[in-house]
Amino acid sequence: MGAAAWLICAFPLAGFAVLLAAGRRLGEPRAGWLATAAMAGSFVSSVAVFAGLMSRDPADRRFVVTLFEWVPAGDFSVDAGLLVDPLSVTMALFVTGVGSLIHLYAIGYMHGDRDFSKFFIYLNLFAFSMLVLVLGDNLALTFLGWEGVGVCSYLLISFWFTEEANAAAGKKAFVTNRVGDWGFMLAMFWAFGALGSVRYLDLFGHAGSLSSSTATAIVVLLFVGAAGKSAQLPLYIWLPDAMAGPTPVSALIHAATMVTAGVYLMVRVNPLIAAADAWAPDMIAWVGVATALFAAGAAMAQNDIKKVLAYSTISQLGYMMLAVGTGAYVAAIFHMVTHAFFKALLFLGSGSVIHALDGDQDMRRYGALRAAMPITSITFIVGWLAIAGVPPFAGFWSKDEILAYAFDANPALWLVGLVTAVLTAFYMSRLVFMTFYGEARYGDEQHPHEPSPLMTAPLVALAGAAVVAGVMNLPFTKDLHFLGTWLKPSLFGNEAHLEIGGGALWLLALVAVAGAAAGIAGAVAVYLRGRVPASVVERPVAARAFYVDEAVTRFVGGPGRRAFDLLAAFDSKVVDGAVDGVGRSVRAGGTALRRVQSGFVRFYALLTAVGAVALLVWFLSRASL
Amino acid sequence: MGTVLAQLEPIVAPAVDWAGLLPVLLPAAGALVLLMVRSLVPSRLLPVGLDALWTFAVVAAGFVAVVVLWQRDGEVTAFGDQLVMDGLALFTAAVVFGSVALAAPTLPRYCQRVGIDSAELCVLTLLAAAGAVVMAGAADLIVLFLGLETMSIAAYVMAALNLRRLESLEAGLKYFVLGAFSTAFLLYGIALVYGATGTTSLDGIAGYLDTFLVLRDGMLLAGLAMLLVGLGFKVAAVPFHAWAPDVYVGAPTPVTALMASAVKAAGFAALIRVFVDALGVRADDWQPVMFALACATLAVGSVLAAVQSDAKRILAYSSISHAGFILVGVQAASDSGVAAVLFYLAAYAVIAVGSFTVVAVLSGRADDRTGLAALAGLGNRRPALALGLTILLLAQAGVPFTSGFVAKFSVISAAVEARSYWLAIVAMVSAVVAAFAYLRVVVAMYFGDEGSDGSDGAEDSPAMGLGAAAVIVAAVLFTVVAGIVPGLLESLSSTAAGL
Repeated sequence: MGAAAWLICAFPLAGFAVLLAAGRRLGEPRAGWLATAAMAGSFVSSVAVFAGLMSRDPADRRFVVTLFEWVPAGDFSVDAGLLVDPLSVTMALFVTGVGSLIHLYAIGYMHGDRDFSKFFIYLNLFAFSMLVLVLGDNLALTFLGWEGVGVCSYLLISFWFTEEANAAAGKKAFVTNRVGDWGFMLAMFWAFGALGSVRYLDLFGHAGSLSSSTATAIVVLLFVGAAGKSAQLPLYIWLPDAMAGPTPVSALIHAATMVTAGVYLMVRVNPLIAAADAWAPDMIAWVGVATALFAAGAAMAQNDIKKVLAYSTISQLGYMMLAVGTGAYVAAIFHMVTHAFFKALLFLGSGSVIHALDGDQDMRRYGALRAAMPITSITFIVGWLAIAGVPPFAGFWSKDEILAYAFDANPALWLVGLVTAVLTAFYMSRLVFMTFYGEARYGDEQHPHEPSPLMTAPLVALAGAAVVAGVMNLPFTKDLHFLGTWLKPSLFGNEAHLEIGGGALWLLALVAVAGAAAGIAGAVAVYLRGRVPASVVERPVAARAFYVDEAVTRFVGGPGRRAFDLLAAFDSKVVDGAVDGVGRSVRAGGTALRRVQSGFVRFYALLTAVGAVALLVWFLSRASL
Repeated sequence: MGTVLAQLEPIVAPAVDWAGLLPVLLPAAGALVLLMVRSLVPSRLLPVGLDALWTFAVVAAGFVAVVVLWQRDGEVTAFGDQLVMDGLALFTAAVVFGSVALAAPTLPRYCQRVGIDSAELCVLTLLAAAGAVVMAGAADLIVLFLGLETMSIAAYVMAALNLRRLESLEAGLKYFVLGAFSTAFLLYGIALVYGATGTTSLDGIAGYLDTFLVLRDGMLLAGLAMLLVGLGFKVAAVPFHAWAPDVYVGAPTPVTALMASAVKAAGFAALIRVFVDALGVRADDWQPVMFALACATLAVGSVLAAVQSDAKRILAYSSISHAGFILVGVQAASDSGVAAVLFYLAAYAVIAVGSFTVVAVLSGRADDRTGLAALAGLGNRRPALALGLTILLLAQAGVPFTSGFVAKFSVISAAVEARSYWLAIVAMVSAVVAAFAYLRVVVAMYFGDEGSDGSDGAEDSPAMGLGAAAVIVAAVLFTVVAGIVPGLLESLSSTAAGL
């Protein structure tokens, strides 16, 4: 089973290597098929590892596969090892599963692109990095994957780099993530300083011996990293711009997998959170729920279909962070998985629509696409119902569980979460109505049509998953809590337990369903019936995402810029000055020393003699004669 | 008469393990055979390239002998413990043979182009190799001197072999005069140490110093000073280095390659034998001097390399700077220091021969087109060759994933282990300064103005020949592989150092 574990990473790496060497020669579509096959192989390996773990006793469902010693440096040693446990395998399963479907979709979507094979090189490299991130048995290896997915994200956002805006979006994503990476690195150094190891199992084993302030510092710094990667306030600003990338990229990286890495990291280090002061998880929960509400508000007024989905992703990530902060780790992972299904579905569906309308992303020029694109619209509607929280679709179950834990922790958190849910139902309904219902607003010369089966097949598969994924963790009896039971060994008993009873849970669920219904009803009133003008809900302030991005830009461009200029001046004058000074003195010294090399043998002999005398003087000065 | 004879004690020849001496005997015999054949058989009857092929075959056989001896348990001693084939000797012999084997394939084409008689060059090379192995295996100061002279005299002649080139003659003469001068110091040092300890055997000296406390140690210490001058000259430590740049530049380029690799390796082996092994008890006395020599060698080598404008000269000074690094390992006076030195010698020998081979390929009919200007635009004209040289230069600069990095890292960590922190810092700063010199060559190759020296194209791009190409590829491969997987070479050098 150890072999299967490393095969999970090896498949996409091999795909990457082969495509790098021969991608152009393979060309379209073989390069895409190869990449997809690599992902499928990785998925099969994940399933094998999953089956292997299932066959074990729950207590032994954790092992480390050490491949080689990666960084041996004195006391600091980092192995390239994989930590295989229920949590990492769950992640690997959905990353490779959803990843395979999106790879398949991309073969159709990228058809005719000049850099077809390059696209798949990046995708496979991304998958490899993501799997290293997920399976790494220590913070350093996770960080390697973390940076790897960051680089791939950068490369893929600016994949069509000839457009200035795309290149700028890539840069923005990269730079913003650096802030988060800074937190990650400090946390890693701190953890090593405090415990002398960055291996997860060492950290977890000794988390109890950490002082609570140290644990808090590490957790908060890790959360800075997680907030960057998982687009939490205020570091979310890169994600809406990241929609500049091709749509499969948005689905894979900016919805299903990479952006969940922050949530995964926080769930992974749950023993550290348990050791931290209580305010740290509270802060995580509040940042999460604030992000959820904020992004849902911004999504209300976007006209670009991918921007709506981007803000929606931010909002759902906020839910996951809320779950982490309230100790509902199972709910966080549950929602992460269901979200991966329905959000990937929604993104891919939007990709089909964009594809059908020759690249137009403005929903104001959509409408009535239901008839022209039946498969896309039906699958999209499934995704919509799932995210809106309509039972029995997957999103309902996972969101409901998060809200229950939030209520248990602090009713205020629950209330904000509930409002967000209403808004979510509203803006998603708005998106569906504007796109698939009403009257056609696109030009006469456009003839929207269903894409090739390569693209619809993943839609159908994901739609199926979005319908049934709730089965993973049904709340009715303990036996149906499959995911909760499965993840237990990875949580070390740090997960919260609901104190409220069955009746209250039913009531909460009813309220949530009512909220979803209210949101949908509101959207029907505005966008289908036209009872209320759209301008009432589409406030400009929401369209501009409450000016957070502008504020950050202004701050960084103003006082930030001046500070950076100062640092740059320090660098160019003092640091470079020192370097240049060394260079100049070397040159001057060299020129002077060159004179010694006169070419005269007598002078060379003299030099030797002088040296000999100097040596004699030294030795004889130490001698007792 | 018969009774007189009967009264004489029969002379008992000491038992000699001839098989154990193969690393010395093979190159010496190979040289003599080649000399005989070439003197008696008219040249036109012999195929071109026979000399080089023979040389290669002889050192390859020597290499095999070293490998076989390495597998044996216990060291081989011969001639009444005058010569010893232990780990240090065998490792050094392997480096010497490896260097010669890497230098030989370039010779046929080079000699034809420049107009040197390859027979003489090959005979002398093999003789020098034999001397170098004797030096590395010397268990007695006199034997050490014997090996050193055998090697040096061959090297003096080799430096002057390009009779048409004035610089070559000048190099030979300078090398000879200064070499003789320094040999006098060495001999005097041997005499003084003998006077102080009553023996020239290295084991004997170590035993004597271990057993007796020398109260009046003026003679001993003066002897140490003289020995250090003599051996410092051989390894081109500053201030006994002045011959090196002129000789390196003047000598035919393949000969320069051998000087930087085989001759240097033998010199350092001798330095380790005498100072670390025999005089290790007095390390407190010589370590500070070694420290100063290492600092000066590093600084002068690196700084002067950075201001040269001739590739061969840059490599000459860089070889001085490398000697400084190796001295850093010697200065540690520990087994791990010796292991680091041996690793460095092996890594650097390959890099040096590879780099000088590239220079030799490009040096033109008169072997003098070695200026940076001649390299300009090489990246366009001959991308593969430029890439090879770039990798070798990066290795010299100590860039990770090359053997040069591991070598520098191991000598510096030996210095740190020996608590010579300042020396480690000087070494690291020198590495940076020297990197500048190497990068200048790289910049010239890739960004230099082409044809700025107004040369014609035919002379510009002589055919490289299969031999030189194979050598460069082999050197680059070794450098990269030993940089990524240094474990094997490290374990060999550690074993040789007795770790």
